[in-house]
Formats: sequence, structure tokens, C-alpha cells
Amino acid sequence: MFIPCDRGGGSAAPDFKGFTLLMPAVSVGNVGQLAIDLVISTLNMTKVGYFYTDCLVPMVGNNPYATAEENSVELSINAEVYSLPSKKLVVLQIRSPFIKNKYRPFCETLLSWVKSSKCAMVVLLSSSHAYQRDDEQLLGTPLRYLLTPDLEKAVGGRMKELNWKEMEKVAAYPGINDTDKVLHIPGGGITKLLFTESCSEGIQMAVLLKFCSEGDNIPDAFVLVNYLNEWLQLIKSESNDSTDPSSQWKIPSSWRLLFGNGLPPALF
Amino acid sequence: MATFFGEVVVAPSRAGLDEEEEAREETPEDREIRREIEKKREIQVLWSCAEESLVCSRFVVAIGRNAAAFLSSFILDSVCWEVIGVVKLWNEWCRTSSTTNVLPTDSFCLFYRLISDPTVLLCQCSCYVAEDQQFQWLEKVFGSMQKKGLQVTILSTCPVADYKTQESTLTLVSPFLKALKTKEFQEQVCCPLLEQPNIVRDLPAAVLSYCQVWGIPAVLYQCYTDVIKLDTVTIEAFKPLLSSKLLKSLAKDASESTKILKKFLTTSETHNNIYI
Repeated sequence: MFIPCDRGGGSAAPDFKGFTLLMPAVSVGNVGQLAIDLVISTLNMTKVGYFYTDCLVPMVGNNPYATAEENSVELSINAEVYSLPSKKLVVLQIRSPFIKNKYRPFCETLLSWVKSSKCAMVVLLSSSHAYQRDDEQLLGTPLRYLLTPDLEKAVGGRMKELNWKEMEKVAAYPGINDTDKVLHIPGGGITKLLFTESCSEGIQMAVLLKFCSEGDNIPDAFVLVNYLNEWLQLIKSESNDSTDPSSQWKIPSSWRLLFGNGLPPALF
Repeated sequence: MATFFGEVVVAPSRAGLDEEEEAREETPEDREIRREIEKKREIQVLWSCAEESLVCSRFVVAIGRNAAAFLSSFILDSVCWEVIGVVKLWNEWCRTSSTTNVLPTDSFCLFYRLISDPTVLLCQCSCYVAEDQQFQWLEKVFGSMQKKGLQVTILSTCPVADYKTQESTLTLVSPFLKALKTKEFQEQVCCPLLEQPNIVRDLPAAVLSYCQVWGIPAVLYQCYTDVIKLDTVTIEAFKPLLSSKLLKSLAKDASESTKILKKFLTTSETHNNIYI
């Protein structure tokens, strides 16, 4: 359930009509979540509310996007909504995993919020186990997209222009019958469920995903967010080549110490 | 995953759902089993007072054995406080019953009310509340309280190894306190605030999130300690809070506290001793 930040402050609940909702799937390497962190931090988005739910493991911490002492003290919770009206963009960041058996109710609540808030389109950032790719998927780029039929009509052409690769369907019974093909996103968390539900409910949804393995997934997050930027142009790419596009994204302060604390000095 | 020192550590998968959970369609039998388990895991909050909705100005929640023992030794006593509620729950680690007669070594979750000012409530929660039960705990406990004028204080402990810092945790002097507060909390905090990228999980996080979302002023004092069992040094780490505006008026005579604290530890030591 969406709860706006400042209730009773006189201001009406934020209006997301016609906005693009950008969100991560909690998936292998947390790539979607890391990419969302880059978007929020780079575009300096303002927090407008919480997604209050019993489906996610609770967690709290101080402002993950703090830039200075003054804005470091601001409590953050497991699911928060950020907005940037000038770009008609609303972002849902998820910071903890799902509680067992709760991913289905989460998807239902989320999609009903998408419908009631009249968002124009949902973009889901996700990832899938690199080691489970089939022969066809091993070739070329590790990036894939998926569009629901309703969105396909609107932006399918643009994806062709960009020369993007659609996520391949794989044989349901490999080696026995190669004609029955199904969508298979191992390690993608709620990606498949959310996508198939959106297809049947007529919600315009795009899934952007990267094949990856667990480890230091910061480079994967940069690749995925650049992929997103090719399409949505959230930030201007300064030049076509030479400079590293990743330098334009701002790494949030909370990414410090991802690989543990300092070493004990007695070691040396 | 092999670490810097070469030992192999099994890292929990960050892939979201297990393959099995994702692919399998639920059969009617599965559904029935799941429902039965859900029913069994449902928590019950039993209030012994007559009021439908408790008027509450201060609510102090102590989560974990050390925090609960801090309340027992420095604040609670049977003269000024009465038990008004109990949580009955069942999960893989812990079973609590509806009895309010508990030993300090039991796992329990009890609510107390100050007799001279019934708007002051305390909660001692030394039992494990599972992930799927935390939300219910919140809804059921806060559901029976009026939120107007309410201020919440949460005390909890966690291992110092979870503390993220530039230096090595070996050089940190533990135990130490760190605080997190909601937007509405305006009072002075008695210790430094928890720095990013540190986070707090479980029931303390659930309570603080609830307060943040619903605009209730709340503060969480997290004690980072290197002892996981009941321990005087850890319990005493909460002592600076006794000078806070909130707890100052509730603290009891210090000499008595030390006595109770000692008794506490002897009881728990005999319970943990294999040579009884």
C-alpha cells in the first residue's frame, strides 16, 4: 500500500498519472536494486512516500543517498517511492528480500497500485543467472528486454531501432520437444510472475535484464542502467565514445564498505 | 565463495526466490498445509485490561534478552508496574504461552503499565518473532493503542560483527550504543546516530518502520555487543538512557538495580551450566 510521506501537511497525495514507474526485481546479484540506486542518486530524486507491506523483510537505516552531514539523518525503510515530476518518473526502490510465500501477494498489491495510480508504463530492472543461459543466449550482448503486448505496440519499433535483443524463450522440455517454448528467467525473482500478470491484465510493462553471476555486481548495475538510459534518456550521454559513460552516474554514499570492514592492523 | 583468508563461506543466494518456489504450482493439499501452518503461526496479543483502545503517551519496547533484562533491573518492579498483556506465539525457535508468570530465563513477550500513570507502557520481548510474524505483531500491538501523543522508544542489541566501519571491528570498544530516529522525533538523542551503510533488521526495524510510516515519534537504541548471551556489561551499556527525558522519571533506586542485575545473572548462569 502506498503511503505518502507528508500526510496532513496540506499538500495532496502525489499524482503519478501518466508517469513511468521504474522498479527493481529482487534478483541475482541485486543488479536491479543497485541500478535503481544509481538513478535515484544521480537524478537527485525526492522521496514522496513508502510502500507499506507485510511481504518484505523489515530493515531501517539512515539516508542511503546522503551527500553531506545535513541530509544524512533521515530514516529509510525497506520500500520507498521517489519521484521526479519534470521527467514524469516515479521510482520504487526495494531494499530487502521477500518473506517466504509473500511474493505473490506483493505482485498483486503492486499491480493494483500501478492501476489505481494510473502510471502509463512500468519498467522493471532485473537480472538472471548467467550460468543457466542456453546456446543462443550465450552469443552477443548479455542484455535482454521483454515487452507486454500492450507496450509492444507503442515502443516495439524503438527497440528494433536500438538493435536490442528480446529475451529468448526456451524449450519447456529440452531434448524431447523443442517446439513448446516457455519464458524462463532463473534467478529473476518476481520478474516472470510480474511480467505474465501484467500481460494478462493489460498493464504496459517493459523488463530490462542482464545475465550475471553473484559477486561484485556494481559493474553489472552500470551496464544495466546505461542500457535503460539508451532508451529512456534519463541523463544526457555527453559524447558517443571516448569518455566512460559510467562516470556520469553518481554512486550513492551507502555503497561504501560493500565488501566488509577494514582489516585489523595487527595483521601487518 | 572463498574469502581473503582462503576458507570457504557459503553465501546466501541473492537470487530472490528459490527455483522451486518460483516454478511449482500449488496443489490443493499444499494450500491446505500452508493455511494450517499460517493459522498456527498467527500471533495473539491478549490484554488483561478492559479498555478497547489504550491511551498511551510513552511506549518503551525492549527486544532481546539483554534489553529486557535492562528494563527488569533498572525500571520494572512489581510495586509500581502491573502486567497488562502478553503475546502468545509459535514458531520454529520459540513458543510462548498466555501465562504472565515467567522466569527471567524464559522466552516471553509481556506488556506492563505504570500504575501511577497508566499512559506509560513497557514491553519486554525476549522471544524470537519470525519474519512473517513481525508485521502481525505491529498491527496487533499498535492496533490496540491510540496513536495521538504517542512516543516510542525501542531498545535492542546485535553483534558488533554486524557493525560496518572503516576500521576493523577488532579495534572497536564494545559494547556501544547507536541510535536511529523517525522524522517526527524531535528530542535529544543520548548517543551518536547510526551511520550509513549500517542497517538494522528484524523486529526493532519493523517497529521503527511502522512509526516512520505512520508519523509516530520514535527512537531506536541499538547496542552493539560482542557477547550474545545475557551479560552485565551489555545490559549496563543502556545506562546512559536513564538520564534521558523519557526514562529519567521511571528509573528506580540504583543500588537495588545492581542487586537485581546480579541475581539475574546468577539465575541465568545456573540455567546455562551443564554441571547442575
